[in-house]
Amino acid sequence: MNATAAGKIDLEKYGSLIALGTLFILAAIIGRPYFLQIENLVNVMRQASYAGIIALGMTLVIISGGIDLSVGAMAAFVASCGVLFMNWILQASGGNETLAIAGGIVVMAMIGLLAGALNGLLITLGKIVPFIVTLGTMSIFRYVSLQMANAGEFASHSQNFGELGMAKLFSLDIGVGVLSLPLPVATLFVLATILGFVLDNTRYGRYLCAVGSNARVAQYSAVRVGSVRFWAYAINGLVVAASAVLLAARFNTVSTPNFGLGFELDAIAAVIIGGTAMSGGRGSIWGTVVGVFMLQIIQNMLNMAGLSPYLQGVVKGVVIIASVYIQRQKQ
Amino acid sequence: MGETILRAERINKDFGGVPVLKDIDLDIRRGEILGIIGENGAGKSTLMKIMSGIYQPTSGRVIMRGETVRIATPIDARALGISLVPQEFNLIRDLPVYNNVFLGSELRTKAGFLDKVAMKERTRSLLAQLNVTIDPEARIEAMSAAEKQMVEICKALAFEAQVLIMDEPTTMLTKYEIEILFRLVRKLRTGGMTIVYISHKLKEVKALCDRVVILRDGDLVHDGPTSEISFLEMAQKMVGRELGSIFPPKFEPDGETVFEVRGLTVPGVVENISFRLRKGEILGLAGLVGAGRTEIAETILGLRKKSSGSILKDGKELTIDEPADAVAAGISYLSEDRQGAGIITGFTVTRNVTLVSLADYCRSLFRLIDKKRERGKVQGYVDSFHIKTESLDKRLENLSGGNQQKVSLAKSIDTEPEILIVDEPTRGVDVSAKHEIYLFINDLARKGISCIFISSELEEIIGMCNRVVVMRDGKVAGTLEGDGIDEEEIMFYATGVHEEAAS
Repeated sequence: MNATAAGKIDLEKYGSLIALGTLFILAAIIGRPYFLQIENLVNVMRQASYAGIIALGMTLVIISGGIDLSVGAMAAFVASCGVLFMNWILQASGGNETLAIAGGIVVMAMIGLLAGALNGLLITLGKIVPFIVTLGTMSIFRYVSLQMANAGEFASHSQNFGELGMAKLFSLDIGVGVLSLPLPVATLFVLATILGFVLDNTRYGRYLCAVGSNARVAQYSAVRVGSVRFWAYAINGLVVAASAVLLAARFNTVSTPNFGLGFELDAIAAVIIGGTAMSGGRGSIWGTVVGVFMLQIIQNMLNMAGLSPYLQGVVKGVVIIASVYIQRQKQ
Repeated sequence: MGETILRAERINKDFGGVPVLKDIDLDIRRGEILGIIGENGAGKSTLMKIMSGIYQPTSGRVIMRGETVRIATPIDARALGISLVPQEFNLIRDLPVYNNVFLGSELRTKAGFLDKVAMKERTRSLLAQLNVTIDPEARIEAMSAAEKQMVEICKALAFEAQVLIMDEPTTMLTKYEIEILFRLVRKLRTGGMTIVYISHKLKEVKALCDRVVILRDGDLVHDGPTSEISFLEMAQKMVGRELGSIFPPKFEPDGETVFEVRGLTVPGVVENISFRLRKGEILGLAGLVGAGRTEIAETILGLRKKSSGSILKDGKELTIDEPADAVAAGISYLSEDRQGAGIITGFTVTRNVTLVSLADYCRSLFRLIDKKRERGKVQGYVDSFHIKTESLDKRLENLSGGNQQKVSLAKSIDTEPEILIVDEPTRGVDVSAKHEIYLFINDLARKGISCIFISSELEEIIGMCNRVVVMRDGKVAGTLEGDGIDEEEIMFYATGVHEEAAS
């Protein structure tokens, strides 16, 4: 009995991984010979990681039974404030790069946390549904950023910050290409490891599933439902800040109209493809990671096949719907 | 007795290769009240779901008025004159009564619009026929369980049902409401209707039904007039073994008062409630549905805000603002609403049992869940409570009601409470699981755990409790003790007849 139960769970757990593998092979065939080049694969991972990091926080929010539409705009707001603050320190300290970058990162983390906390407070204390709250804050964060920059850019004056955006943890010529680990990819994996561990092995993770599954039962079971929900949004804010730091550093500038645009949809799509239930209660961080890479591989593959970006968007939409449909059939 | 109206012939039903019904032959006669009894999982509901078009039999046929019929959907059943009043009501909360009655078959005007006037009128006359005072325009959400049931019956009448199947109709009703229901069912029989009454409450079947059919593990093991079978025989045939008394001998507590509620008031809900609880005592909270019993529990747990009064444990006043405070003070609650407030059906057995007590499993340096200890503890409950599950990782939605309830009970006592409040602990549970639950609670009392036992089943209040507080309209109507606990006294206090007679 136990053996069959374990076999079933494995299929559920690794189903999305099998889909990723299949897609990978398909991409290797369609995108031949460029897709399999090491540099291309590293690039796919890097491109996937900015919205991918946000998808990790989004996974927690969706498991809690909520949604956060404000993440993209929040990233723009966080990055705008961070770059402004960094430039200010640079000026005040007479060009101390290290201090400016450290200060900038700390400020971005704090603003991210506060922005997420604002969402959380409105949802728990204000008792307004997450969709409405984050729809509102999405607009607020975006337009405050646009107002601050007069719909333009905030260019960072720091040289090193831009280098941070291109940083690789290692880079190794393995003959067939240069294998490297860009900072955003490493961040994605580190955060996924931490959050995945939190979800599986801590009380908070268990409570998160309970609240998302049945908030009333959780309340009767002495779980502090409001606090559990609040922290899901606060943690998500912090995760958004991590993405914002990396993306701002990548270009060393923040273009307020475009920064993080559409990230909320990419993140939600990755979470859903990864097998997390939209209704909350259960989900998997590593499933989301798989979803993140699947979306990016599809885009890369279609690029190489020469499909127009508009049609790529159409394919993406079909994939999202199809993956949920397939998961529904499996249940 | 009339001629056969509905006949099941060699009905078999498998679920994924597991036989649930085996070669069932059953005649249902016009104008009878047929009781179908059996433990949970015996196949009662499955058989009736086949009759009402929700399931299809794996083999066998259904014959209505001499003709083989194919009942593919509930709409087919309705057209044939078979209506099912399900255990969980099928009503839309936001719609008024008359819309619910005609849901799916709305009356329309010639122009094709809804004929609200006609629907209201028809609903009104049907309700009058049932002798109930329900406004056709009232919304379902504000109604009591009994009223909702009347609406369900009204729905069946609206489609001129000839066979009315009622699945566990009294689960949510008080004794008083049950009597009204019985009168109504008898009246319907007089009008020529056939009623199939599914229950596991033997007393009700004995009191109401003309004939009783007993199912056990998918087999029809008995079919005969109710007058020719005793309670004991019914029970024995249901479980297939000899039965002793279902209640364990009461344990007489001699300890001191450990818990006390003084003058507890929640405006509009409960008023000036006081009672004491001794160590190892089982204190019953009886009363009609809506008398405020569950509300007292919810107030003790901090789910409702009290306006005055105090809650004391070991003589010290407790400050309880939320359920976590109550748990910390050693108070635990088993909810009456199993799926709504008790267990998470999407969670595994393990995760459900440790949901309240999870902090106890997080004592390592990094406060991680000690999964090995967690599983060990849960396995212990599965063994001692005889919880039937394939593994600890099964989601509760795959377990039967009785086993879900045992998990819920395990969850309530895993916090090692000193005060356990159980609210309808055996609702929707079969006889043998009931018996086991009584044993557990009795055992807990012997170990010194004090228990507040809330129940609408007088039998278990009388069988289990050392003392009984009877509630009426949010107030304590009376307290009974020892030999003074009997059905009549409780009902007198619960309905207020006693007081009025005295004054």
